[in-house]
Amino acid sequence: MSKIFSRIFHSEQAGLLLALLVLCLVISLLSPVFFTAINIKNVLRDASLIAIAGIGMVMIILLGEIDLSVGSTQAVAGVIAVAVLNQMDSVWWALLAALLAGALVGLCNGLLVTKAGINSLIATLGTMAILRGGAMVSTQAVSIQGKVEGFVEVGTGYLGPVPIPVLLAFLLFGLFYYVLHHTILGRYIYAIGGNIQAARLSGLAVDRTRVLVYVIGGVLAALSAFILASRLNSGQPNAGLGFELQVIAAVILGGISLTGGIGTLGGAFIGILILTVLSNGLVLLNVSSFYHDIARGAVIILAVYLDTRRKQSLLRRLLAPPSESNS
Amino acid sequence: MTPLVELVGIHKRFPGVYALKGVDFDVRAGEVHALVGENGAGKSTLIKVAAGVHDFEEGSYRIAGQAVDIRHPRQALDEGIAVVYQELELVLSLSVAENLFFGRLPHDRGGRVRWGELYDESEKLLAEVGLEVDPKTKVGHLGVAAQQLVEIARALSFAAKVIIMDEPTSALSPREIEKLFVLVARLKARGVGLVYVSHKLDEIMALADRVTVLRDGQRVACKETVDLDEDRLIELMVGRELGQGFPAAGREPGENVLEVQGLTTDQVQDISFRVCAGEIVGFSGLMGAGRTELARGLMGVDRRLAGSVVIAGVPVPANKPPAARNLGLGLVPEDRRADGVFAQLSVRENTSVAALEQFCRLGYVQGGLERRQVGGLVERLKVRTPDQEQEMAKLSGGNQQKALLARWLLKENLKVLLIDEPTRGIDVGAKAEIYQLLDELARGGLAVVLLSSEMPEILGLCDRIYVMSQGRIAAEYGRAEATPEKLLASALPNVY
Repeated sequence: MSKIFSRIFHSEQAGLLLALLVLCLVISLLSPVFFTAINIKNVLRDASLIAIAGIGMVMIILLGEIDLSVGSTQAVAGVIAVAVLNQMDSVWWALLAALLAGALVGLCNGLLVTKAGINSLIATLGTMAILRGGAMVSTQAVSIQGKVEGFVEVGTGYLGPVPIPVLLAFLLFGLFYYVLHHTILGRYIYAIGGNIQAARLSGLAVDRTRVLVYVIGGVLAALSAFILASRLNSGQPNAGLGFELQVIAAVILGGISLTGGIGTLGGAFIGILILTVLSNGLVLLNVSSFYHDIARGAVIILAVYLDTRRKQSLLRRLLAPPSESNS
Repeated sequence: MTPLVELVGIHKRFPGVYALKGVDFDVRAGEVHALVGENGAGKSTLIKVAAGVHDFEEGSYRIAGQAVDIRHPRQALDEGIAVVYQELELVLSLSVAENLFFGRLPHDRGGRVRWGELYDESEKLLAEVGLEVDPKTKVGHLGVAAQQLVEIARALSFAAKVIIMDEPTSALSPREIEKLFVLVARLKARGVGLVYVSHKLDEIMALADRVTVLRDGQRVACKETVDLDEDRLIELMVGRELGQGFPAAGREPGENVLEVQGLTTDQVQDISFRVCAGEIVGFSGLMGAGRTELARGLMGVDRRLAGSVVIAGVPVPANKPPAARNLGLGLVPEDRRADGVFAQLSVRENTSVAALEQFCRLGYVQGGLERRQVGGLVERLKVRTPDQEQEMAKLSGGNQQKALLARWLLKENLKVLLIDEPTRGIDVGAKAEIYQLLDELARGGLAVVLLSSEMPEILGLCDRIYVMSQGRIAAEYGRAEATPEKLLASALPNVY
C-alpha cells in the first residue's frame, strides 16, 4: 500500500515537473535568450521571492487556513527595514527590525484566527488592508531611499555563481522540508489540517501550533520583503501589491490543497517555478504585461482542473479490480 | 418465485483486500432479508454493489431474473433499488420536500418550481411512512429518527421495490425503533423486499424472514430465521464459540488516580467523582445525558466554568487539552470519524500523534523508534491492516477503533483512559476483544472510564457505575447492587 501511495505522490509531482520542462522547452524554442545563464539567474531570483514567502503560505494552507496579508507585509516590512537601515546605519539592525515586524504581523493574524475565532480569510483580509494603509500613512505614499552601502548586496549579490536570494530560498526549502516531515511541528500541522476536532480531542497544542505557523509565515514574508527592498534599495509603500495572490496561486498550482492537510513543499516549489518561468517567457516574447495576468489566471485554472481530474481517475483506478484477476 | 434482485457469485477486490469472494445474495418480494457479519466481513461492499456504487469483477446481477448491467447509483434507483445508509445523505439546510425530490423538483418549462405540487406529493409520501411533519420544515431541524423516515420516503418516491437499510436503529430510541418496525412490516405487506443490515441480533430475530451471514467476504449461511437462534448466529458470524463476552470481575482497585470536584461546563453541571487505578468506572444514562460532554469537559476541550480535575494528585489546568494529555489523560471519542481519526494520514501517524514527544530528540521525530513501537501495538491489538503506512480511511470501523486505542496505549505515562461508546457500530468479535483489552488494561493499573449507553457492557464490565441524567450525576452504584432496572430508573429525567 505504501508503495502505491508513494507512487501516486511521485506521479503527481512528476506531472508538474513534466509541465515545467515542456514550458521551458517551448519558451527556449521561441526565444534564444531563455537558456542563457543571465536569464536563468533572473528567473531563479524572481522565484526566490515567491518561494521564501511561499514556504510560510504552504504551512498556513496545510493547516486549512490562508494568509492574504503577505503582500502588505512586504510593504510594511520593507519600509521598516529601510527606515531602520538609514537610522542605525546597519544592515543587520534593518534585517532584525523587518523580521520582528513580520513576526508581529504573524502573531496578530494568529491570535485573530485562534483567540478571536475569526475566519482566516476575513482576519487576514483585514490585516492586509490595515497594513497597506499603515505603510502609506507612515511614508505619505513616498518610497524611502536606502542610504547605506552594502544594503543592495543582499538582494543583488552573489555567493560564487549563485545569487544570494536563491541560495537563501534553497536553504530555507531544505530546513522546512525537514521541519514538515521530521519534526513534531510538521506532524501537528498535517494532523490539524486533516482534522482539527480530532487534534483538539487528542490533546495536541492546536492553537499554539496555528499561532506559531502564522508567526513563521510573517517572518518569511518579511524576509522576502527585506530582499525586495534591498534589490530596489528602497522601502516602497506600494511594494507587493497582488503578491499574496501570486504566492497563493503558485503553491496551489503545486498541489497544496485548500482544504488543508494535503500537499508537499516539493510540489509547491515546482508550482512556483512554473509561474515564474511563464512570466519570464512572456517578457522575453515581448507580450504586453497586461496579458501576463490573463495567462497566469488561465494556467492556474487549467492546472487545478487537471489535478482534480487526475485525482478522480486515480481514485477510480484504486477502486477498480486489478487486471490479473482474469483467469 | 423469482427474486426481485439476485446477486450471483460476486467477486470484488480492493487493493490489499479481497472483499467479496463469490457471494450469492437475493431478495424476494415481501420479505425482510437480514445481512449480518463482523466488521470487515463484506456487508458494506455487498450493499454498495447492489446499489451500483461499486462495480464487481466476476458474477452477475439480475433483476427479476434478467441479467442487468448496473454501473451507477442512479441506475439502481431507476430499477427500484434504494439504500438508506447509516450516515444519512440528506441536505440539512433544505426542506423535507426539497430533499424528497432532490434533483427532480416538479417544474414548468421556464424552470420555475411548482411548489404546490411538490408539497402535495411530499405530504403523500410522508403519510406513507407515518411521519407527521410539515414538508416545508428544514431537515436539519428534525431528529435522527425523523430524518431516517425522510430517507425511506425518498426511497418510496422512486417506487422502490427493494429497500436496503444499513444499521437503521443504531441512533434510535426504543420507541422510535418500535415505530420503524411497524413501518417495515407495512412495507413488507406491500410487497417491498427489504434488506436489513444490523449488529443487533435481537432485532434480526424479531424482524427477519431470512438471514445471510457473511464472514471474511464469503457467505457462510443463508437460513430461515426460524431455524436459528442468537447463539447460533454469533457462532456463524465469528466462526467460533464465544464465551460470555465479559471478562470475569475481581480486579483490585488501587489508589485514587482521577478526582473530579464540581466540574461544570455549558453542558454538564456540578460533576464530582473519583476513579482508582486498576478500576473500570462506568458512566451510564440515556442518549443526551451528557456523557460525551463530560468527557470533553475533562479533556479541557469544552470550557470549564467551575470545579477541579486532579490526576494523581496534580491539578489539571482548565481549558488546556495538551496539559491534560501530558498529565496522563486520554480520550477515545464517540464519533470516530469526526473526532478521532486523521483520515488521510497513515495508521502510523494516527497512532503516534499523541505520544510524539517520546520519539523526539530536539523536536526531531526518530522514525525507526516510532515504527517499532507502533508496530508492536498494532500487533498486540490485532489491528487488521496491510502495514502501518496504510491510509487510516481504508480501515474498517473496528480496526480504526483499535488504532485509536493504540494512540493512547502508546503513551508511556497514560494514567486515565476515557473511552466513549467503545463498541458503537462494531461487530461481536471485535467487541469481545475490546472488552478483554479494557479488562487487561485495568488489571495493569490503568484507570478506565467507560462512557456507554449500552447497559450490558456497563453492567458486565464496570466495578462502579455512575448514572448521568440531564448533565448531572444522578446516582452511583457498586458492581454488586447495580441492576438494569435501577440504572434505568436513575437515568430517567425528573419530570415535575
